Amino acid sequence: MFTPNTPEDQQAMLAKIGAKDIQELLAQIPEKFLYPALDLPKALTEQELTAHVHELAAQNKPLKNFIGAGMYEHFIPAAVPALSSRGEFLTAYTPYQAEASQGTLQTIYEFQSCMCALLEMDVATASHYDGATAMTEAALAAVRITGRKQVVVSALLHPHYKEVLKTYTRHMGITVVEAPVTDKDVLDVAALKAQLGADTACFILQTPNFHGYLEDAQAVSSVVHSSGALLVAVVNPISLGVVQTPGAYDADFAVCEGQPLGNPLSFGGPGLGVMTAKKAYVRQLPGRMVGIAKDKDGQRAFVLTLQAREQHIRREKAASNICSNEALCALNAVIYLTLLGPQGLKEVAELNLERAHQLANLINQKSFHVKTFSPFFNEFVVTCPVPAAQVIQKLEEKGIAAGYDLGGSELLVCATEMRTEADLQAYANALGGI
Amino acid sequence: MNEILQHKLSIEKSAPGRRGVRFEKTQKPASAYLPQNQLRKTAPNLPQLSEFDTVRHFTALSQQNYCLDAEFYPLGSCTMKYNPKAYDVLSALPGFTGAHPFAPQSAVQGTLKLAYELQELLKKITGLSAFTLQPAAGAHGELTGILTARAYHDAHNGQNRTEVIVPDTAHGTNPATANMAGYHVVNIQSAPNGCVDKAALKAALSEKTAVVMLTVPNTVGLFETDIEEIAEMVHAVGALLYMDGANFNALIGLAKPADFGVDIMHLNLHKTFAAPHGGGGPGSGPVGAAKHVAPYLPHPIVSCENGQYTLADHRPESKNRMKAFYGNMAVVIRGYCYLRQFDATTLKEIAENAILNANYVRACLKGKFNAFFDRTCMHECVLTPPDPHTTGVHTSDIAKRLLDYGFYAPTIYFPLIVPEALMIEPTETENKDMLDAFVAAMERIYDEIQTDPQVVKDAPHNQPVKRIDEVSAARQPNLRW
Repeated sequence: MFTPNTPEDQQAMLAKIGAKDIQELLAQIPEKFLYPALDLPKALTEQELTAHVHELAAQNKPLKNFIGAGMYEHFIPAAVPALSSRGEFLTAYTPYQAEASQGTLQTIYEFQSCMCALLEMDVATASHYDGATAMTEAALAAVRITGRKQVVVSALLHPHYKEVLKTYTRHMGITVVEAPVTDKDVLDVAALKAQLGADTACFILQTPNFHGYLEDAQAVSSVVHSSGALLVAVVNPISLGVVQTPGAYDADFAVCEGQPLGNPLSFGGPGLGVMTAKKAYVRQLPGRMVGIAKDKDGQRAFVLTLQAREQHIRREKAASNICSNEALCALNAVIYLTLLGPQGLKEVAELNLERAHQLANLINQKSFHVKTFSPFFNEFVVTCPVPAAQVIQKLEEKGIAAGYDLGGSELLVCATEMRTEADLQAYANALGGI
Repeated sequence: MNEILQHKLSIEKSAPGRRGVRFEKTQKPASAYLPQNQLRKTAPNLPQLSEFDTVRHFTALSQQNYCLDAEFYPLGSCTMKYNPKAYDVLSALPGFTGAHPFAPQSAVQGTLKLAYELQELLKKITGLSAFTLQPAAGAHGELTGILTARAYHDAHNGQNRTEVIVPDTAHGTNPATANMAGYHVVNIQSAPNGCVDKAALKAALSEKTAVVMLTVPNTVGLFETDIEEIAEMVHAVGALLYMDGANFNALIGLAKPADFGVDIMHLNLHKTFAAPHGGGGPGSGPVGAAKHVAPYLPHPIVSCENGQYTLADHRPESKNRMKAFYGNMAVVIRGYCYLRQFDATTLKEIAENAILNANYVRACLKGKFNAFFDRTCMHECVLTPPDPHTTGVHTSDIAKRLLDYGFYAPTIYFPLIVPEALMIEPTETENKDMLDAFVAAMERIYDEIQTDPQVVKDAPHNQPVKRIDEVSAARQPNLRW
């Protein structure tokens, strides 16, 4: 079906090779291993496959989504997938042959530029797997730069990010410790200051933090830098339409999950690891970067550059083992930001801010309470009169995904621009029924 | 597109006030909700284009790309096979794309079932006991596999195992992965026949060995005929055998890695399983493990309990998590679609035709571009050009000249043990006519090398840009506007 060689083609090719049949070409494989029994289901035609996969997709239940917790549902303008799904982008390989890959290379250069503009950082890479792995690689870079072996993280760093960090660092003699938060669900800066020591390579600040609250990043940055450690910021890219940037509070590395920029939820993958840094650290960054070069005629051209950091050149001495990244997701992000521009980005961020605050006020009027009104962007914690798991179950019956279960009575609730004022009211009403 | 506009950056086409999308107005400004110190001070320098400008801009960029849909990509070890259109459509169904990773599991049964079924299919075709779909790419799969091995050794008093053995033909990701997992890398040279030098392996193996990483077939396109004996040697010192499955397209349906004694392996859904490369990702690198190692795969893995699919798994031995959420589902869906279109009878035709195509190209070019190891190859062949010391024409020149003839270049200068390597993997989805056209282009380049080498050395001639001075980019890096 996918193999276009006809029996006649095969015979002609075998004759050219000088083999009597295909089996002769397989002589390297010991015979006892060849053609094992395979208990596979019936092969489906495209028509059957289409029906089957539609049926699987239909087994996912569409719910009005109020969950964030690291992946966010945002509006994706039609031009984003229409452009990125063009075969010229979708079926191209990594742009190693630059002259035949100028399209992909320029989009990556524009992506890097947009990320630098958005985060107000000096340099960006072509992308990483997701926010968690980008953050982890930034921490590893900080360890290499400082020669120090301790990584301090906020207790309100996304729990899955903490796990990924520990997975990557467990065997490298790097210790990961947590800095405490106050009852306002933000960092205890005084306690953080005491915790940062001569062996602290970096502090990982997430803002908004896992509970949705914005940290006093400027104050954190001061105490971190006065200890000689580097600051790694983990941010929400849409929030930067209104919220202060990592560059403004002097972050050394700033990363984010770029999915909110024109990429669907897709059950959490693919994500888009955005990795940016101060210029001084450019040679410590993992993965691909595109730069401007000149062709023979002196014309501007784009190429993969600074490859001496990468595994295919440096092997075991490389900054990282990363090879494939999330180029197509980065393409979605750059198309999205090109469509929105600075004004559209500001508008969508303001809308998130307003919807989340409207929802918080609606919820807070019932027997449910907003845990704290520390500044937040599009997500906050609700204290429920019953276990959060029960709230989630009850609202699912009404077609609502209520939020992320923080354990006990705490529920993490998110409202993006996708939730209309009617949706917010429906959510509040549904809580009223509990 | 007009030539003056064609080469401009989006920011250079930008004009203040132009925009592609607007959103509903809010009732209050941001300052009504956030304190002053939390607010952004200056607007980002993003492009300001209309939607139409944006569509034109990115359409024009797409046209400055070679792509598999239009051109033959004989890239060795990259398996640039056709990416069926149905899978693109199906992976973009709103039921899948709208699923939140933290949605109640009852609301995402379709996604979970599909992932579970793919795990089961991968077990069947490899013979391994368990698969995780978590890793986001091949190299990410390697790291997953080596950290899994590490967790296994930690649980079996193997803390003193500090070394990973890697042959010199390995992809650069293999040694880089071992280093990232905190291991010391021991490189071993290949034997004159291109396969593992068993004496060198034996000398390197010890009670300090944690893992031996082998690419099968290896990167010179040869199957390790003594794989079973190698596995026994590895196991005899208590180490694990890791198989880099980047080249699994040569074996699919023909042989099961578990039968060779492989303990852990990764697959590339964006190679063997026909998912598109997307200009460099997203990929997907599922990792499989034999029974004794399976408990140490990262968590979670999709399981099925009483007909309900769940990501909550109960594997106390498993401490690792490789990314925030489970797998690149948009790629996983494509891999599942692919495997469901074959049965045991048709699956082996993939590998057979991939091997036939590679050997056909090798045979056709013999005498002009000779195979470095002159023997039957698997799914790819590694050729060398006429001696550059005599002709002055290098592999990089040949690669650029191929672009002029409408072909993407093969993988070049890899594997490192082959000087001036041209690594060619046609895949099974190319027909004989395309291979003949490619051979004709290579023969023409061969003639040019003899008669007009400058035309090859100056290539490409018909691309959007001329030959790029790559060093000029690294000198004073310009990485953004």
